[in-house]
Amino acid sequence: MIPANFQYTRAGSVDEAVGMLQEHGDNAKLLAGGHSLLPAMKLRLNQPGVLVDIGRIPELRYIRNNGDHIAIGAAATHDDIANSDAFGNELDMFPQAAGLIGDTQVRNKGTIGGSLAHADPAADWPAVILASNATIVVKGPGGERHISAGDFFTGFFETALADNEILTEIRVPVPSGNTRSAYAKFMQPASRFAIVGCAAMISADGDTCSGASIAFTGVSDAAFKDNNVSSALEGNTLNSGNIESAANGAAQGVDIMGDHFASEDYRQHLARVFAGRAISAAIG
Amino acid sequence: MTYIGKSVKRVEDKRFLTGKGRYTDDIVLPGMTYACIIRSPYAHAKITGIDTSAAEGMEGVVAIFTGKDIAAAGVNGVPCGWQVNFKNGDTMKEPPHPLLVADVVKHVGDNVAMVIAESREIAKDAAEMVEIDYEELDAVANAAKAVKDGAPQVHPDAPGNLCFDWELGNPKEEVDAAMDAAHHITKLDFTNQRLIPNAIEPRSAIGHYESAGDKYTLYTTSQNPHLTRLLISAFVLGIPEHRVRVVAPDVGGGFGSKIFHYTEEALVVWASKQINRPIKWTAERSESFMTDAHGRDHVTTAEMGFDAEGNIVGLRVNTLANLGAYLSTFAPCVPTWLHGTLLQGLYTTPKINVDVTGVFTHTTPVDAYRGAGRPEATYLLERLLDTAALEMNMDPAELRLKNFIPPFDGVEQEGYATQVALQYDSGNYHRVLERALEMVGYDDFRKEQAEARANGKYLGIGFSTYIEACGIAPSAVVGALGARAGLYEVGQVRVQPTGKVSVYTGAHSHGQGHETTFAQVVADKFGIALDDVEIVHGDSESVAFGMGTYGSRSLAVGGSAIIKSIEKVLEKGAKIAAHKLEAAEGDLEFAEGKWTVKGTDKSIGFGDVALTAYVPHDYPEGLEPGMDFSSFYDPANFTYPFGAHIAIVEVDKDTGSVKLKRFIAVDDVGNVINPMIVDGQIHGGVAQGIGQALFEGAIYDENAQLINGSYMDYTMPRADDLPAFEIDRTVTPCPHNPLGVKGAGEAGAIGSTPAVVNAVMDALSPFGVKNLEMPLTPERVWRAMQ
Amino acid sequence: MNVKINLTINGKSYSDEVDSRTMLALYLRDELGLTGTHIGCDTSSCGTCTILVDGKAVKSCTMLAAQADGSNVTTIEGIAQNGNLHPIQEGFKEKHGLQCGFCTPGMVMLAADLLDRNPNPNEQEIRHALEGNYCRCTGYHNIVESIQYAAEKMNG
Repeated sequence: MIPANFQYTRAGSVDEAVGMLQEHGDNAKLLAGGHSLLPAMKLRLNQPGVLVDIGRIPELRYIRNNGDHIAIGAAATHDDIANSDAFGNELDMFPQAAGLIGDTQVRNKGTIGGSLAHADPAADWPAVILASNATIVVKGPGGERHISAGDFFTGFFETALADNEILTEIRVPVPSGNTRSAYAKFMQPASRFAIVGCAAMISADGDTCSGASIAFTGVSDAAFKDNNVSSALEGNTLNSGNIESAANGAAQGVDIMGDHFASEDYRQHLARVFAGRAISAAIG
Repeated sequence: MTYIGKSVKRVEDKRFLTGKGRYTDDIVLPGMTYACIIRSPYAHAKITGIDTSAAEGMEGVVAIFTGKDIAAAGVNGVPCGWQVNFKNGDTMKEPPHPLLVADVVKHVGDNVAMVIAESREIAKDAAEMVEIDYEELDAVANAAKAVKDGAPQVHPDAPGNLCFDWELGNPKEEVDAAMDAAHHITKLDFTNQRLIPNAIEPRSAIGHYESAGDKYTLYTTSQNPHLTRLLISAFVLGIPEHRVRVVAPDVGGGFGSKIFHYTEEALVVWASKQINRPIKWTAERSESFMTDAHGRDHVTTAEMGFDAEGNIVGLRVNTLANLGAYLSTFAPCVPTWLHGTLLQGLYTTPKINVDVTGVFTHTTPVDAYRGAGRPEATYLLERLLDTAALEMNMDPAELRLKNFIPPFDGVEQEGYATQVALQYDSGNYHRVLERALEMVGYDDFRKEQAEARANGKYLGIGFSTYIEACGIAPSAVVGALGARAGLYEVGQVRVQPTGKVSVYTGAHSHGQGHETTFAQVVADKFGIALDDVEIVHGDSESVAFGMGTYGSRSLAVGGSAIIKSIEKVLEKGAKIAAHKLEAAEGDLEFAEGKWTVKGTDKSIGFGDVALTAYVPHDYPEGLEPGMDFSSFYDPANFTYPFGAHIAIVEVDKDTGSVKLKRFIAVDDVGNVINPMIVDGQIHGGVAQGIGQALFEGAIYDENAQLINGSYMDYTMPRADDLPAFEIDRTVTPCPHNPLGVKGAGEAGAIGSTPAVVNAVMDALSPFGVKNLEMPLTPERVWRAMQ
Repeated sequence: MNVKINLTINGKSYSDEVDSRTMLALYLRDELGLTGTHIGCDTSSCGTCTILVDGKAVKSCTMLAAQADGSNVTTIEGIAQNGNLHPIQEGFKEKHGLQCGFCTPGMVMLAADLLDRNPNPNEQEIRHALEGNYCRCTGYHNIVESIQYAAEKMNG
């Protein structure tokens, strides 16, 4: 449980951190809360030569309601988000998901930016980020770029983030109209990661679903948005029969993971169950 | 001033609560070095080459040892402390368990080399630089597969991977005849899965050789330091015992896994002499998973026969016990004498036969884990009973009450002789079940269950009524059964000149609260304040001898040894008091801390008598000065706690998740010295038993790799998995020890597991499900409902 | 590869040079001799190393000493005031919330974080808050009662 040797440096600003990444190249890794990276380093699964600590950059830790969107600084901790009232009823899935990550200590230290950059296929945030149609803001030597959530998660522990870029902010559009959201999770009992995590954002016009956005984590080798479920809901009355039949189309046509906690077909079944639970919870 | 029977707050708590506990890894010695053990990544492989040169060249590396060094030094492997013979009389197979393997590794985590360096960091870095070449061989992890023809062989001298075969009870023909005549037979095939103990403190050992006095000290996370000293000195390293001191300081939980003598303990002692500096080794959690002795792992077929009225007429059991790759210290005794002997349960079963085969596999050694053999026996019996009740359309509680052995106190009524070699001491089995039924509100529950089912909710209730044999153990009896040690205990009582009392016990506390419970007994017997008593344990230099703590033995055996010494003190004290009071000894009575001449107000206090013993100016003629007695207590019998546990669960139809809603435990552990501590022992045991039912279990793949060897993969109960426990007790004193106590450490873990599984089976009965393998994970339960 | 750190631990200032890779738990234990903070696993799972950093419970086995530079750290050794047990410590003693004592420091420090956020938690809230701390001895029953005792006492 002792990492291999490395050099520790701390960046005081995003620009300084970008400069440090440039300087050290592939050899460097960003350290935010450290709750994804340090465990891997302790087991020597990851042996970077340089750690650039961005966990203390004050300009990265905030949650702001900017009217049409909520801006979450990359160094906001899970606990910050779990206890934030910036998200309102529409985006309640954010504090809900935050409160289901790890445990108190992990939430106190782990950050949303670190979790997203790590892109663990069983992490909670990717589902919520996808369902909310968020934009990921990253900064590199060439300046800032915006990546839509749908383009960000590219595979098993892989993202669209370049080696010399820093994830700085998550921008979550505030939905218009009558919109509600929820996150429902079936936990892997040992690690508390998601076997299935489903984020659902539902807009309603009276009793009718006017828009739906459903995303899963834990089910496949990367989080994904489930358009089968959302299109089955859209335009239909939000009653239990319709929710169940939409949920039954969950996780079709994706490569489903299996392990000793949940085989592929059981996971698929859970995806249906938790799609139903997340949608039902969202519409209250 | 009485302490016995009161929930006295623990004496030891202050140091633990303020961060002043002293665990092995907390100890730092001048000049200390740090060891990292390089372990086999393969379950079965030939070591074809080891290159230590790069590591040896690193700054801060002190020494590197391999299996060749150990072999060249003539160091033995760690021995086994219990012998079970084959049915034909042949001695069990007992292959060597080397400290470092030179040729063929036999389980993942097997020791291959030891790197010693100036710091933990350097040791770890250097270990990565040691290059080891392996030729991987086929491996087998499962006992049922290991006994098949053509299975990979663990040891060349144990053909068929057989360690022993063993049988107990009535002759097989008699049991077969009883079963043939049965009206109904309930049969279950199941695995009592392998558990990994996971004391939260990882094992640690510090070896310290001091050349000046040619003296060896071992600090270690042990439940029985004296036994470790005996094994290291006499069997492994051949060092004179009086030159070896073993200290087990504060120990962070054991649950059996810290009973055994481990290779790392001998390694740090041996290597400390080679480098002439102290060496500390502390396990990483992944090492704990790979090398702490595991528990359970039985593959069993069990059949119980009943007559038309539901009376049990016979029991037939066949078990394959997975022993792992090597024989751990008490491994052979667990599936045999601690398992087969418990198959009478609480019932009047007239014919019982149990057949056990001990099997080697390419896995971590298996040995005693909380309950050790008795949970396996109880699981088997209690699952059979609830299943039989279902099959025969009888009430599971009624079926038990019908078959219970009638009450007996062991004084007026004789102890109960079982078909499987034991003589139960005292019991009143109806009383615990009746009390538990009252607590659960049985009739109301059945109504609630029926209503819930009608609404698509699946509730279940499960029963378990258990007995266990603990207070381990009468030496002559266990000797006849294969133990290579006596299982008495030692208690020394030293009254200091001022009347303060130091007690030295061979029992070892690693959570049990001996410093409080034992002090309560001593303070009461002498009529002095609790504060005036100190309990010393865990250091072979201060405690004369001891057999340690396991098998719920500390108070029943260790406490009894202390009582013997207390009696010797009081006997001598009376002589001194009589002299000082100028009265005959027979005219004195001792109460409330003083000797009084009966019918007078003439008295002398305990402290004055103690002072007189050490300042013997005016003193009985011929009497030795001083007041310090040591006693060995060898129990006349095991003790037999028993109880009734009831679980209520709800199964989520959609996911298969099991929610434990209530857990009721009524236990009878004999007399109770400190109810608060006994309740705590029950809580902890119950939680571990629930862990086996719902969460825990080692999983090996086809290459005998442990695939859930970390806390990210091995599930243990957390606070929000468990309800508040509802517990009560009855008291049936043990008739054969002076305190009338039976032991409480394992009871919870023995009783609880089948109650939970039975409850889930009850919930699933509308689906026609009769048996599922533990742990009852959501997927298993969900599949069963499909 | 060393790094300089300045931090306050249990009210005392420390200025030190540590190896970059030194975890805060090992810094406390090996460098400062504050061995009340224990290490029970390799995967940030068991919670026995829990301490307070700037008032929040964190797992000190998963935080570099370097990351604690400039922080205010409280460990089990520093929670008692003026020689009196903290109400949480007292609760664990009164309600027998500990047996072997190994997980206890982490439990106490986690409880401090919980009661800071929620001075009056119910049983379910306490059980939920303990999700990152394993105890193998007590079955948690008395730990829950210990924290309830502390809450009552702290609410006066």
